[in-house]
Amino acid sequence: MSEKKFLSGDEAVAQGAWEAGCHVAASYPGTPATEILEAVATYPEIYCEWSVNEKVAYEVVLGASMGGARALYASKHVGLNVAADPFFSSAYIGSRGGLVVVTADDPSMHSSQNEQDNRYYGIAAKVPVLSPSDSQECKDFTKLAFELSERFNIPVIVRLTTRTSHANGVVTCDDRVEVPVKGYEKKVQKNLILPMFARKLHASLEERMLALKEFSETTDINRVEKGEEGVGVIADGVAYTYAKEVYPSAWFLKLGMMHPLPEKLVRELASKVKKIYVVEENDPVIEQAVKAMGIACIGKEKVPRVLELNPDRLRAAFFDEEPVKIDTGDVPARPPALCPGCTHRPVFHILSQLKPVITGDIGCYTLGALPPLNAMDTCVDMGASITVAHGIRKALDRIEDEKQKQKKIVAVIGDSTFYHSGLTGLANAVYNSSPITVVIMDNRITAMTGHQQHPGTGKTLMGEETTEIDVAEVARALGVKHVWVVDPNNYKETKEVLKEAISLDEPSVVVAKRACPLYDRSEWQRPYWINTDECNGCKICVGLGCPAISFDAETEKAKVTEVLCTGCSICAQVCPKGAIHASEDN
Amino acid sequence: MPQKTTNIFVAGVGGQGIIKFSNLLCEVAMRAGLDVKKSEIHGMAQRGGSVTTHVRFGEKVYSPLIPQGGADFICSMEHLEAVRHIAFLNREQGRLIYDPYEIAPPEVYTAQRSYPKDIEERLAKLAPNRIALPAFENALKIGNSRAQNVVMLGALSSFLDFEQSLYEDVIRAGFKPKYVDINIKAFNLGKELASP
Repeated sequence: MSEKKFLSGDEAVAQGAWEAGCHVAASYPGTPATEILEAVATYPEIYCEWSVNEKVAYEVVLGASMGGARALYASKHVGLNVAADPFFSSAYIGSRGGLVVVTADDPSMHSSQNEQDNRYYGIAAKVPVLSPSDSQECKDFTKLAFELSERFNIPVIVRLTTRTSHANGVVTCDDRVEVPVKGYEKKVQKNLILPMFARKLHASLEERMLALKEFSETTDINRVEKGEEGVGVIADGVAYTYAKEVYPSAWFLKLGMMHPLPEKLVRELASKVKKIYVVEENDPVIEQAVKAMGIACIGKEKVPRVLELNPDRLRAAFFDEEPVKIDTGDVPARPPALCPGCTHRPVFHILSQLKPVITGDIGCYTLGALPPLNAMDTCVDMGASITVAHGIRKALDRIEDEKQKQKKIVAVIGDSTFYHSGLTGLANAVYNSSPITVVIMDNRITAMTGHQQHPGTGKTLMGEETTEIDVAEVARALGVKHVWVVDPNNYKETKEVLKEAISLDEPSVVVAKRACPLYDRSEWQRPYWINTDECNGCKICVGLGCPAISFDAETEKAKVTEVLCTGCSICAQVCPKGAIHASEDN
Repeated sequence: MPQKTTNIFVAGVGGQGIIKFSNLLCEVAMRAGLDVKKSEIHGMAQRGGSVTTHVRFGEKVYSPLIPQGGADFICSMEHLEAVRHIAFLNREQGRLIYDPYEIAPPEVYTAQRSYPKDIEERLAKLAPNRIALPAFENALKIGNSRAQNVVMLGALSSFLDFEQSLYEDVIRAGFKPKYVDINIKAFNLGKELASP
């Protein structure tokens, strides 16, 4: 039975997987892809999990495909980097049960460290890329991807971007079609990529892609749309919707499958128009392929490659019409900040006084790098805090300058990130004798992406109780001799422990353990208050960067914004005058 | 000739219910049989940053984003955020509905600068058609400051052509039973406040 729902692209992918009879799905949280698995988890027919990282998730899904199940992998764009090794191999191996790879890219880096264009993964690994433009297509293409994967014995990429993942549209939803799990079949020539087998698999992969190229020419998701004038637009993904709106009279080649490219359709469009624009976000992937065919087109010289596209940028590209500049006057920025009551705040406040080199990682706590805490020096990728700290240590061990040599190195990593990619780095630091301090900010959840479970929480994505792996025990088992567990809301104790850990000449681990106050509100207290007679205006509390504390320039006293305060007491603990007090209602 | 698309830009600060506001509005438009698109940026929204959504409905909507100068309405839950995104407003035909409620951005609460004091003067120039709607204050008055967004929705509804019953249905479906009554109240209050 058909039903209309208002779904985000992420939810539509989940709906499509469900309708296609998907059995297994795995992922690691990452914006803008997180909601795909959260939506999958609402369908009881699909086994789904938060894997510890994307490489693991990919291998789980590949294994499920080998077992004959329809299987879905999803991650943000950089997640596929982590999973790249099994991903490339899986193109050779192909699928048994349908194997669908959803990547959600983030042009404009709304919540990411780069704006890499994952369509290149399709080209590099030789797998087809479907590029939906809206929620309906996210659903339809996910279903199609399962069929193509089984029909052509290949993994299939569905490439979303933030504006398809996090945009909602009206989607016609259908019932689930049950597809029985085929079961496992031993086939070493296919599933075991020794060079002797892989050579044949590569040749077979090239043939599979040739067959897919034929499909790309004839499928209705690639189509030429008739226009009124001599201008043609080739577009995929959400860029198609912007172009369609800004230039409705143009001819279009809409690419639902952008790789392999339907060259006959490109030539058909070229025969109808005098001028072709290629409109795609980020890199000139389609443009280069069109130019390689010897067909002239206008691409990145007009259509920006840095930051996401929008209707205004396309109006400028097509018609040289720039939006009118509006002078709003000076508007102070409002970047994200650590929340009131954040358990990371006291740790950063202490570290900013101890002044070691602080290598950071990926999570809410990366915001500790911002003023006024300024307590982070580096952030590279998931897990890099520990390994980069180790590398800096080894470099500084080999320098003459005593001041450099004496520098202390502290790695700061979250609990979920620690399980994702910190374990190997910590083992490496112990194995290669690195006297670094690793602070594990254990707030008991994957906070940044909206509170997902992980191996340290004792719960699964499907809501089941499971073994809770203890961070401190893991650190000890990996050979760290100096391990502390502290409550970051005990400022004094945390400071003493950090000082001691940093002073050691051996690897040390400090677990700052307390639940994210947004996830667990059970310990919220009534708002604190500042006695203005006792406050001397020193601004030490303001230096915590807590949104609930501000400074009144007229009275030159600090004040607490009651509606924001969670009663964590850190400001009271750092106030040298004892001017900040718990509510008497507590 | 296809019916014109209505563009509504929603702005505020993480935690103010901007996404919820947009979801309720989209649901109303969908139940009215229209094509609807919504786009939002919320990755870091919980961390107190600027949050915006684009809501568009009409006969057929392609782009999920509103062009600059294309918004028929900007609904802002915060004073400064109204100024920040004003370039999206259709200056001649569009209308700004904003809550003069102020939330300090980081530079302000860390005492590096003060909250701008001339926002009203700026808005007078930038948005000739505007309504100041103290939604937060009124939500607080009826007992739940978190209903600020629904007060705002009520205000917006008085300028849209949807049936009142559609909003009520959507509010009933969109909240836990114990929050339905307060939100219906908030909606009606917003509608009343915005009526001339």
